[in-house]
Amino acid sequence: MAQDTTANTNPDPFAGIAPVKNLSGFEINPLYGPEDVKGMDFERDVGLPGEYPYVRGVYSTMYRVRPWTIRQLGSLGPPGEANKRIRQLVDMGANGISICLDMPTIMGRDSDDPLAEGEVGCCGGVAIDTIQDMRELLAGIELDKISINFVSNSQSAVILAMFCALAEERGLPWNLLTGTMQNDALKEYQAQKSYYFPPRPSMRLIMDTISFCMRNLPRFNPISISGYHLASAGATPMQELAFTLANGFTYVEEGIKSGMSVDDFAPRLSFFFKVHNDLFENVAKFRAARRIWARTMKEKFWAKNPASWRFRVHTQTSGSSLTAQQMENNIIRTTIQALSAVMAGTQSLHTNAFDEAFSVPTPHSERLALRTQQIILHESGAASTIDPLAGSYYVEALTQQMEEACEKYFQSIAEMGGVIAGIEKGYFQREIAESAFRYQRSLEKGARIVVGLNKYTEEEESPIALRELDSEFEKNKVAALKKYKEDRDQDLLRAKGEELRAVCKGRDNVMPALISAVRAGMTLGEAIGHMRDIFGVYREQAVF
Amino acid sequence: MSRRKSPSPEELVEKLLSGDRRAAARLISIIEDQSDQANDMMKMIFPHTGRSMIIGLTGSGGSGKSTLIDHLIGRFRAMDKKVGVVAVDPSSPFSGGALLGDRIRFQSHAVDDGVFIRSMASRGYLGGLARGTTDVVRVMEAMGNDVIIIETLGAGQDEIDIIHLAQTCILILTPGMGDDIQAMKAGIMEIADIIALNKADLDKANLCLSSLETSIHYGMDKKKGWLPRVVPTIAFASKSTDVRGVDELVQAIIDHQAYLHETRKIDEVRNKRIEQELGLVFKDEVEKVVFAGIKGTGKKRQYIESIRTGKSDPYSVVKEVLSTFLRV
Amino acid sequence: MSKEKIKVIISKVGLDGHDRGAKVVAFLLREAGMEVVYLGMYQTPESIVKAAIDEDADVIGLSYLSGEHLVFTPLIVKEMKEKGLDDVLFVAGGSFPPEDIPMMRAMGIDEVFRGGSLTEDFVSYIRNHVGKKGAE
Repeated sequence: MAQDTTANTNPDPFAGIAPVKNLSGFEINPLYGPEDVKGMDFERDVGLPGEYPYVRGVYSTMYRVRPWTIRQLGSLGPPGEANKRIRQLVDMGANGISICLDMPTIMGRDSDDPLAEGEVGCCGGVAIDTIQDMRELLAGIELDKISINFVSNSQSAVILAMFCALAEERGLPWNLLTGTMQNDALKEYQAQKSYYFPPRPSMRLIMDTISFCMRNLPRFNPISISGYHLASAGATPMQELAFTLANGFTYVEEGIKSGMSVDDFAPRLSFFFKVHNDLFENVAKFRAARRIWARTMKEKFWAKNPASWRFRVHTQTSGSSLTAQQMENNIIRTTIQALSAVMAGTQSLHTNAFDEAFSVPTPHSERLALRTQQIILHESGAASTIDPLAGSYYVEALTQQMEEACEKYFQSIAEMGGVIAGIEKGYFQREIAESAFRYQRSLEKGARIVVGLNKYTEEEESPIALRELDSEFEKNKVAALKKYKEDRDQDLLRAKGEELRAVCKGRDNVMPALISAVRAGMTLGEAIGHMRDIFGVYREQAVF
Repeated sequence: MSRRKSPSPEELVEKLLSGDRRAAARLISIIEDQSDQANDMMKMIFPHTGRSMIIGLTGSGGSGKSTLIDHLIGRFRAMDKKVGVVAVDPSSPFSGGALLGDRIRFQSHAVDDGVFIRSMASRGYLGGLARGTTDVVRVMEAMGNDVIIIETLGAGQDEIDIIHLAQTCILILTPGMGDDIQAMKAGIMEIADIIALNKADLDKANLCLSSLETSIHYGMDKKKGWLPRVVPTIAFASKSTDVRGVDELVQAIIDHQAYLHETRKIDEVRNKRIEQELGLVFKDEVEKVVFAGIKGTGKKRQYIESIRTGKSDPYSVVKEVLSTFLRV
Repeated sequence: MSKEKIKVIISKVGLDGHDRGAKVVAFLLREAGMEVVYLGMYQTPESIVKAAIDEDADVIGLSYLSGEHLVFTPLIVKEMKEKGLDDVLFVAGGSFPPEDIPMMRAMGIDEVFRGGSLTEDFVSYIRNHVGKKGAE
């Protein structure tokens, strides 16, 4: 810590003060100075935005020329209702939309599946069974202008197939389609747990979708390697950084193994981070991520295309930081988090609505969330310059610290035999569960304060109107699905099923068969069912 | 803490004998707590026990014990046998609490009324089982279970109480984990009747298999009659058609049981079990009598003080106590 | 008859896979000296109640995070009643709109712990209420 002791009468004003640790567990000094960034070569280590190693930003002009995409979550159970919500968001100024799926769809089941009972269209996730649902969901939306982000994972290939089939119907060439798919299986095994197939087939499907998009949908991001869910399950920002990157590198390895050239597919890999309350820790996390990704892609994987070195990221403010108590406090949390994401140089951003902790946002709270980004963009000055916190002793030191800690994690994972081996051993699940437990403990001990939760609590809560969800939906959807199923060409469907199974057994890219199957009316649940039969089902071995 | 309204001991035992699972579950709790009523109930239950097949499985964490048991349950159910399962997990030495996570592996039997699964915390008892496991197994027998499977804690090195309780002991090893070598060193092979070499698709499996079989052939006294059988298995697979070795494992169990019955070795085995139970009951009762005697008298504190100050020693204290309370 | 250790079933029900809260609570209850049977994900009301019976549980604790609380609460209450678990506590934690809580209580759940509840809240609730439900 830099101290000019000749000027100070008190040699160490910080003696005896309680240490402060950030969420990642790093101790934060009361003061940072030149000492903390000694050895840093600004040109080599930080450089310019849009230039290797991209610490200051992946593009040279960043928000000065084009602001981040305001990408809000816009789904509801009934596809028609979701469509309305999407259009409202677009009218309000969102240029990207994220679509969440309902629990049955997430788990690869149709609305009429007995396991889906009670959960169809639940919680603001859209129920997608068929291409008809996709038509309703995206009616009137220009798919070459509005970027749609499908928050889909194990069912991504089917969702993509429906998306492609829909574009075809509309006469829209695939190479004009813009959008993203989450499509990240590794984080499912580690945290979100909505996996179905075992790791090998999951990797195959992901590689198929990536190579299909590479050739046919160049403007579409086929994968969004996610740290958000790891963090929601309890990972610290440090773990989120290390595990997400480790997952990313695993996908790169898989891509190369599957025969693709790294510069062909790496430019389409994108990421998804969470942004927590500690503004500076987040900025450091993003900067470290950009540096580590760029270096590794260039030096380890021999990528030559600069587009392969660029760590492009979508960010969402932290849902798990929101409290049910004194809900309006969440507006402040989201604002700080959003500001941090902007200062960190995110490519797109979703801001949570303050009531998102337990309900689908109302139009009112949704608008507030959107306005948060717009105020930051137009009124705060944070977007007027690129990487505003560069050169800050604190942020540069923190960036370096996180990068070094990352290397240690990479080493542990390598010793274990890689990410998939680590998953089978339960390494990530344990690390994450332990962090979750430690966090809870710190809240209870009062070592960490959450306003309204363990300090400044109120007895009475003022009621806040929450959004009403359509309770008749499930019944109607099931009925509609039944009719849809009856109206299909059953022979054609059977043939498409056989075709799909054959492709799954073999090594050809699964997409053409899937697209042709959904065109013939195969439902998502049916497609996943065929795939489950061939690929098998994953069951978690290590629980604790 | 107070407990809910409950039927009388006689009622509970009667219900148990008719196969009532709630009664069985309550009885097991009473046994776990080692309350006074436990002994009275065990007296009533005892005559209805001793006829079930008792299988013990031991092996280190991660070896696939639970997954194998899950398959075994399925096979026995397919033979229309009722199955009871006891799964033991360690209690935290600090808090006394426990996280019992074995049931999670038996999902396929989660709603089968022919399967009764009970998780037990070791509650500080060392030996791989919980203190009351022997009695709990009797309860499960009296309930009408044809097969009782006990999943123990640990790798079977120090935790070998299972060998007295189970008729057929299965040790689960996995290639390359080092526990195969450990097991050979510890002589555990002499204790296991069957060795399941799980994760037999792993790299060193064949090597492991041959070294196990070699050890058995050269290390065992063949006159004993039953040579421990090594069964390679693959318990965990994403497609049920990829699971391997379970049929062979079941066959090994059936063969071992047949061997026990045909050679009348089953009596020896039953004797061992009774001997262990007798020992446990003796120990408990003596402790109870002694502690009941000096409880509240302050004598325990006095004894400890006198040892600390050099006036006495543990052996003299115990002799004095025993002579007082047991007329020894 | 009194019982040495409080036995708690911790489970999730339905398709929801968010198990962070369930695991953290399971750990915390163990630290509080209870014996916790962790059932994990994808359970049904039947499998949960059967586990509660076999394990002679004092408490069934559910973790709800994806809006399934109004669907499954009455189903579990019904199953508990049918199988005679009148004296077993049924509690839940997780993420749900505050206005649904009275509804859940009306459906028969004994207590609800919103996100942000601290260990002391549910541990003391359990300790104070175990054995008292349905007592004469």
